[in-house]
Amino acid sequence: MTVNTGDVSKKTQKMSDLIYKYMRPEHLPHIWCPGCGNGIIMRDVAQAIENLGLSRNQTIIVSGIGCSSRAAGYMDFNTIHTTHGRALAFATGIKLANPELEVIVIAGDGDLAAIGGNHLIHAARRNIGLTVVCMNNNIYGMTGGQYSPTTPTGEFGTTAPYGNLDRSFDIAGLAYGAGASYAARGSAYHVQQTVSLIQEGIRNRGFSIIDVASVCPTYYGRKNKKGSAVDMLKWQRDNAVTPEQAAKMTPEELHGKLVIGLLHHTQYPEFTYQYNELIERLAKEREDHE
Amino acid sequence: MGKIVLMQGNEACVEGAIAAGMRFYAGYPITPSTEIAERSALRLPQVGGKFIQMEDEIGSIACAIGASVAGVKAMTATSGPGFSLKQENLGYACLAEIPLVVVDVQRQGPSTGMATSPSQGDVMMARWGTHGDHPMITLSPSSVKECYDLVIRAFNLSEKYRTPVIFLMDEIVGHLREGMEITPEDEIEIVNRPTVLYPDPKRKPYQMKKGQLVPKMAPFGKGQRYNITGLIHDESGFPTNSNAEAEKLLHRLMHKISDNYEDIVQTEEVGMEDAEVAIFCYGGTMRAAMSAMEEARAKGIKCGIFRPVTIWPFPEKELRKAAGKLKKIIVAEHNYGQLLLEVQRVAGSMCEIEFVGKYNGSVITPEEILEKAVNSK
Repeated sequence: MTVNTGDVSKKTQKMSDLIYKYMRPEHLPHIWCPGCGNGIIMRDVAQAIENLGLSRNQTIIVSGIGCSSRAAGYMDFNTIHTTHGRALAFATGIKLANPELEVIVIAGDGDLAAIGGNHLIHAARRNIGLTVVCMNNNIYGMTGGQYSPTTPTGEFGTTAPYGNLDRSFDIAGLAYGAGASYAARGSAYHVQQTVSLIQEGIRNRGFSIIDVASVCPTYYGRKNKKGSAVDMLKWQRDNAVTPEQAAKMTPEELHGKLVIGLLHHTQYPEFTYQYNELIERLAKEREDHE
Repeated sequence: MGKIVLMQGNEACVEGAIAAGMRFYAGYPITPSTEIAERSALRLPQVGGKFIQMEDEIGSIACAIGASVAGVKAMTATSGPGFSLKQENLGYACLAEIPLVVVDVQRQGPSTGMATSPSQGDVMMARWGTHGDHPMITLSPSSVKECYDLVIRAFNLSEKYRTPVIFLMDEIVGHLREGMEITPEDEIEIVNRPTVLYPDPKRKPYQMKKGQLVPKMAPFGKGQRYNITGLIHDESGFPTNSNAEAEKLLHRLMHKISDNYEDIVQTEEVGMEDAEVAIFCYGGTMRAAMSAMEEARAKGIKCGIFRPVTIWPFPEKELRKAAGKLKKIIVAEHNYGQLLLEVQRVAGSMCEIEFVGKYNGSVITPEEILEKAVNSK
């Protein structure tokens, strides 16, 4: 692929710099549908990494299966595209084996909260130093539009032809409830804010989750008459409320709103740090004994 | 002479693994393999290694693969129900060529079965459990001492061929406690995966030079940024839909094992020099076979034992050679007849084949084997 660098504005030039620095241009264009929010979120992750000045060699991107998982292949780090739902378990092994590494997991809502739900709550409980960015598009996109754990009740998917009977998960709330030390929500529309939320998530020493509302105009949007990709992004703009605003709203008022921002942040010892302390303590005890 | 210790098979498996360089264990409690997790939890932090109890069996193998990708020798252990759950990621490790040792201490099944009772019912699952065509190495120990020594070989083969190796124990061997000599360190051969650190950035991660067994592996974080995937990929490590590339990769994966049959396959033969009747057995069944052979010999029957130490690839060359001199093979295994199928395939036209199977949770007795030997034509 060739990226057009001739006769472009400075802003576009800056963006293509980011592509050349953090992406694998030879593997672009990506496979995501026109209007998909995932590309924006992938770029947010790259921007957060750029802002923090992370080492590319020391940064690991782990993904599972589904639309979101393809991000790993496009990003120029150590990348591993694992099995469906298991990205967090693979990431746990990488991080515990070498805690020096910065491990970022990119997952989708089905990947993370359905088939991978068990790993999500337990990685959160352990407070292991992973940063999870969820590309939450409310649908199984790769398989063609089945309802997911974040499809709102009553909405449609190919496996919910009469409307979804299930209630949906608040992924960030779920992770925080399970013990994550950092939980936030961003959206494909709120780029600047999402970048800084991801940044803070990476800086947090512990388990961080940033649930980012993506848009899927092809399946979720079409099935539920949400209009074009632009309409869906505008919906995010018009329905976003801050956690402070949300605190003052009734559940009825909050219905159909998107709470964007930092939701929770606490300090709690990180798992791999504690394990290294254990190894040091045992070594010292042995030394003292000898 | 090494130190003599009283040890259980499961414990010996952990000690052998540590001697082999295992520094990461991820597991989930399951009878009859739990002692492997318990001893790993105790021992690994003492040697600077890591232990983690994961939330489930699937997470355990995934976690161990992750550790191996980061350059650390890793192991997970389970029993039948957990081994079923691990199958998808086992295939991932085959395809992505991640070294890993997976221990299965077999128990009676199917399903939850009889959790504390012995079985050898996972032999075919070890070979064919994960979907799709794939290579597989499976080793089976028959004593506590062999749990120690053979798991080292499991790690060595896994590292050498960049492939998961199944260490197929059974409840008999796992819970057996007997005296054993710890193999002195200087007598242990350790093989480490072919590694490349800080390579030329243009290097393709799955490229191979002539004469190389497997592509050199770059541990994550040590200089090469590359992609690992469970999708069919080319030398660059990126997915491809090319049928030609799929064929090339599958061919290479299968042949890296089959072309090195001689290096991988090990058998043990006892009293086979003049044998007319052979007991074919493996794992915990070996003990009953030894008694049966001695009793048969005392009755004047020329009886021997043929034991595959490597179960997969199946030692067909050795068995065929042995079968040429035999009148009968008695296949004794704790299942409904699994490796029996392989023995019939390889030697069925060469000699008579009898079967002693136990699948009800009890153990095969020497008398049951002896009866088949005595009634030889």
